[in-house]
Amino acid sequence: MHPQSHSAKRLITGFILALALTLIPFAIVWTMAFPVELTFGIIALCALVQVGVHLHYFLGIDSRTPIENVLAMSFAGVLIFLMVGGTLWIMFDLYERMM
Amino acid sequence: MLGRLGLDSLPFYSAIAFGGASITVLGGLAVFLLVTYFGKWRYFWDEWLTSLDHKRIGIMYIALAMVMLVRGFVDALMMRSQQAISLNNDGYLAPEHFDQVFSSHGTIMIFFMAMPFLTGLINIVVPQQLGARDVAFPFMNSISLWLTAAGAALVMVSLVIGKFSTAGWTGYPPYSGAEYSPGVGVDYWIWALLVSGVGSTMTGINFVVTIIKCRAPKMRLMQMPLFTWTTLCTSLLMAFAFPALTVVAAMLGLDRILGFHFFTNDSGGNMMNYANLIWIWGHPEVYILILPAFGVFSEVVATFSQKRLFGYKSLVYATAAITILSFSVWLHHFFTMGSSPNVNAVFGIATMIIAVPTGVKIFDWVFTMYKGRIIFHPAMLFTIGFLITFVLGGVSGVLLAIPPADFLMHNSTFLVAHFHNVLIPGAVFGYFAGFQYWFPKATGFKLDRAWGVRSFWFWIIGFYLAFMPLYALGFMGMSRRMERYDVAEWQPYLIVAAVGALSVLIGIFCQGMQLYVSIRDREKNRDLTGDPYNGRTLEWQTSSPPAEYNFAKIPDVQDIDAFWDMKQRGVAYAPSQNYEDIHLPRNTGIGVFLGGLGFLIGFAVTWYIWWLVALGFLGVLACLITRGSQDHTYEIIPAAEIEAHEKARIKALEAHKPAPGDFWS
Repeated sequence: MHPQSHSAKRLITGFILALALTLIPFAIVWTMAFPVELTFGIIALCALVQVGVHLHYFLGIDSRTPIENVLAMSFAGVLIFLMVGGTLWIMFDLYERMM
Repeated sequence: MLGRLGLDSLPFYSAIAFGGASITVLGGLAVFLLVTYFGKWRYFWDEWLTSLDHKRIGIMYIALAMVMLVRGFVDALMMRSQQAISLNNDGYLAPEHFDQVFSSHGTIMIFFMAMPFLTGLINIVVPQQLGARDVAFPFMNSISLWLTAAGAALVMVSLVIGKFSTAGWTGYPPYSGAEYSPGVGVDYWIWALLVSGVGSTMTGINFVVTIIKCRAPKMRLMQMPLFTWTTLCTSLLMAFAFPALTVVAAMLGLDRILGFHFFTNDSGGNMMNYANLIWIWGHPEVYILILPAFGVFSEVVATFSQKRLFGYKSLVYATAAITILSFSVWLHHFFTMGSSPNVNAVFGIATMIIAVPTGVKIFDWVFTMYKGRIIFHPAMLFTIGFLITFVLGGVSGVLLAIPPADFLMHNSTFLVAHFHNVLIPGAVFGYFAGFQYWFPKATGFKLDRAWGVRSFWFWIIGFYLAFMPLYALGFMGMSRRMERYDVAEWQPYLIVAAVGALSVLIGIFCQGMQLYVSIRDREKNRDLTGDPYNGRTLEWQTSSPPAEYNFAKIPDVQDIDAFWDMKQRGVAYAPSQNYEDIHLPRNTGIGVFLGGLGFLIGFAVTWYIWWLVALGFLGVLACLITRGSQDHTYEIIPAAEIEAHEKARIKALEAHKPAPGDFWS
């Protein structure tokens, strides 16, 4: 672990970013400022960036992270692909058959 | 003030419900009075409840699992007896009561019997197999235990106050939504799962880190014992699958309490997404239950065939393949939803593929036995019983993996027979084998052999009598979960199934007798060497029961069967000159408090007592802050004390040197 990974500055930056990335989806749903498809897109994007923020600012992962962290994240990536991808496939397939 | 809790929540509406409640209350009261009478509260609190020692936590997990096994089995007996007599009549259980019984049977057996049992075995054994002194996060381990116990307590308390869910152990909406199930039952179920599910997620994280980071320095991954390998894979599954359960249970809770529309009929809800989400957890869960049992079988079959395990690498790769594949088959639980043929075909084929690595394992175990000098210890009997019976269950699973066949079998007793046929031999027999096998390691004395053999025979005969008729009944068109029926041809089969349940009851009685007899004769059956079976893996190097620190010196691992190899080289019990101080975690009651608060929060939400919910969360916060500001969470065992202890052990070993062939037969 890098010495600066738990520094107050890093944690507070991460906290502010995480907060912003949480408030943006709430705000655009609350105000309905954009069309529905665009709203979905923005929420998905915010969620992805949020994952990155958590990994970098709270777990201290950067380009110099040890290889086992990369392995663990790749494994997580495969499982998330199976779970999220499978869900989207199954539910959209069902949606089309119900039309 | 008390939400929807009132006097009418007490079970005075039916004699049977009142009977169940009375037994629960009297049982609890009896335990309380006994402990008070013998003045053991301080002992239990100091030595057990607050313990962070992984071995004691493991023993408490298994004690919880055995209590819940009895509770879940009573449910099974009630269902079997009801169906045996309810041809053209109502039997003795009202429909609503019968529905509660099958819902609690499934919930208890999966979450509060199987999960604690496997977690207990893992806790007792894995750190010792790794040559480690503790798990990576001992305090989190204690929280996991007490959250699991809190979930179990929620299910138990639903017997006495209010009713349990009638929506089955998977709680499908819209039936489990507020509109069709307005009572407290589904809320009890949701919160039992939420509270214990967090505990299971933390167990998963804990053991992934323990196995990756706390191995004896020289132990490579491909030198880990098979039980440790299966634990690693199960822990990964727990860490990744249980969050899905937490999410889906929380979403159903939001639907019920705050009027959300995730899974409702109207307002854009989609109940099929519930089926999708719960089985994303549910299918990996099957392998969470079964992989540790596969690990137990691998250890038992090598030890009692007195041979090195056949195909170690293929077993490891098969386990890893099952781990990944288990995340790619969940749709087969709801083929009848009506996906397009492409979707059904992909998930059907993926399901069949899992049979390949599983088949590899079966052959590895059979080849391990080939030309071995097999010792028929009860653990080995359960293993052989598993090998034969599990193949039948696996084959019926491959049949169900074909979507058109599944459409015919869905929700029939054929399905019930199938999953009991994989889970009872595959998981439960594995836990029993592990219990028989590691009991001397955990307690310091051996189990009585005769009662163990008896329990095995009653269990396996009972299993066949109880579930083979259900396969036939499925073909005859019987649906699962029927509290009455009007087809006379079914009844003989259901009577045979009830006789099977009685045989299992005798099997459980034999297990109780085995415990009683073994504890009574414990002085005669002491395991003085720590290695009662001429074992192969590191847990047999420690004394029985192990010292608090397991290993005075971290073992020097040079082989897959590390301890066997050390015995061959003559260094297994070599005395050391320079012992060092050992740091161990100090006991703390905060895990118990967090479990208690988890129970309180679950109970309060179930009954809408909102001020108590707020108080509960404040308590959690207070516990976490208290723990976070404690400085002296470790204590030091001085080197001199360790040296004295180890010298005494080596002396005792000299006196009881195990002669070759001097093992249980």
